[in-house]
Amino acid sequence: MKKGTLKQILLITDGCSNKGEDPAATAALAREQGITVNVIGILEDDHSEEPDGLMEVENIALSGGGVSQLVYQQALSQTVQMVTKQAMTQTLQGFVNLELQQILGSDQTMEDLAPDKRGEIMEVVEDMGETCDLEVLVLVDTSASMHDKLPTVKEALIDLSISLNARIGRNRFCMLQFPGKRRDAEKILDWSPKFDAVSNSFPKLMSGGVTPTGPAIREAMHQFGRKSLLRSFGRNDGQDLEQA
Amino acid sequence: MMGKTWSKPEQWLRPGLKIVGKWHQNEYVLKRKLGQGAIGTVYLCEMNGQLVALKMSEKNTSMTMEVNVLKSLEKARDHCLGPSLLDVDDWQPPHGPVLSFYVMEYIQGEPLRTFLQRNGTDWLGVFMLQLLDDLDKLHEAGWVCGDLKLENLLVTNTPPRIRWIDVGGTTKIGRAIKEYTEFYDRGYWGMGSRKAEPSYDLFAFAMVCIGLFYASTFERGKQQPEVLIRRRLHRVQTLRPFEACIMKAITGKYRSAKQMHQDISHVLQQMKAKKRDSSSSDAFLMEGAGMLLLAGGYYLLSLFIP
Repeated sequence: MKKGTLKQILLITDGCSNKGEDPAATAALAREQGITVNVIGILEDDHSEEPDGLMEVENIALSGGGVSQLVYQQALSQTVQMVTKQAMTQTLQGFVNLELQQILGSDQTMEDLAPDKRGEIMEVVEDMGETCDLEVLVLVDTSASMHDKLPTVKEALIDLSISLNARIGRNRFCMLQFPGKRRDAEKILDWSPKFDAVSNSFPKLMSGGVTPTGPAIREAMHQFGRKSLLRSFGRNDGQDLEQA
Repeated sequence: MMGKTWSKPEQWLRPGLKIVGKWHQNEYVLKRKLGQGAIGTVYLCEMNGQLVALKMSEKNTSMTMEVNVLKSLEKARDHCLGPSLLDVDDWQPPHGPVLSFYVMEYIQGEPLRTFLQRNGTDWLGVFMLQLLDDLDKLHEAGWVCGDLKLENLLVTNTPPRIRWIDVGGTTKIGRAIKEYTEFYDRGYWGMGSRKAEPSYDLFAFAMVCIGLFYASTFERGKQQPEVLIRRRLHRVQTLRPFEACIMKAITGKYRSAKQMHQDISHVLQQMKAKKRDSSSSDAFLMEGAGMLLLAGGYYLLSLFIP
């Protein structure tokens, strides 16, 4: 079986988008290109936000084929890892389900199988999750309200790379902040195997209330495309698990 | 799909509820909730008069992974780590999606800390050896415990035996640790990777020993982690004899649980020898007095018997 590369965008935000295209629509586009969009919504510690302001979080992940979670700052590290891993399993399971449907018929999914069979299939999914290559593009909201949350975000991301780098498969991380100085989204960290490199150049805050989430996701999609044009990522580059 | 984590189907799961499995048709009567974890909720249930622990969750995939672990542990079942697996099935609640559940042996025990408070810390050495022995067997079988922590350790009675009750974090050696708790995780302390290897468990084991003597776990700070942990360890009088062993585990110097087992049992033997030394002079006196008494008795007896 050939190894494939999973592609994920991890969006970390604390509020609603207010500039540019609908982020959920852009996320759906990303999904079409084989990129999963996961969203983490950070809640205010004093419970002051309006609940429907963060509805967007769930919608983006739903149309991006990913996982979403609302979380308070102190649980961010664990959540970032949980969401990333859950999304990996979900994507891989999606592929396996497709294969299953071809074998068993169109209305069969894993839930229709007896627990024993399910166990055997999950073992395969778990094996794939451990050995596949992974590319995570982190998209951090750096609008003014994120001010006191950024140190926690940084810690959570370094922790994520510790966890993922314990896998057998290879990892690449990239990070964009939005809004950027001149553009909607700007690169802070180019594709690299570790997150430690980000320590020095962690995003500075942008003042002002613009949150161009949609355009930022679009820019993130381009980063995946550009990378495979400019630099080869091993011989398996550009191949998805569908071909596995 | 997975986004809606806040709509929990747990409203149905009340005491008295009858759960009938979709595949095997076994019947379980729900007694009470035992605990809740990241993946599911564990309930105490009764099945044909036998008490069992039933774990239920809507996260089918994670549950299946846990069952896989329990099954492989079953194959190497000469250790006391983890409960034994009795049944795996699905349950259809009155509304909503199908839930997965699996049924385990119900391990009735007392938390390690309260046991030691009641019965004295003499037991600490015993449990350390028991646990290291179990860990060694687990590692030999190709697995790492992963989420070894105080909350997951129980002492069952007659004779007291330490048991580990949550297999959620159990990971194949060489892979990335599946589940962990920061305080016990060497990655969090910056003292190693999150790769599943015996030394990962031994770090967690050492933190269990230290954590046992602190009411709440402490966090990393500005200090170098190794220095911070060493200081905390040094403050605990009961752990002084084991200090060198525990620090070796913290710094990843042990390759296997067996090595640490040897070191700890060596320390325990020395402790016993010391105790014997200090009490041997008393024993000598007692023995002398006993001999005198016996001799006196014979003498008196000889007076009466002509």
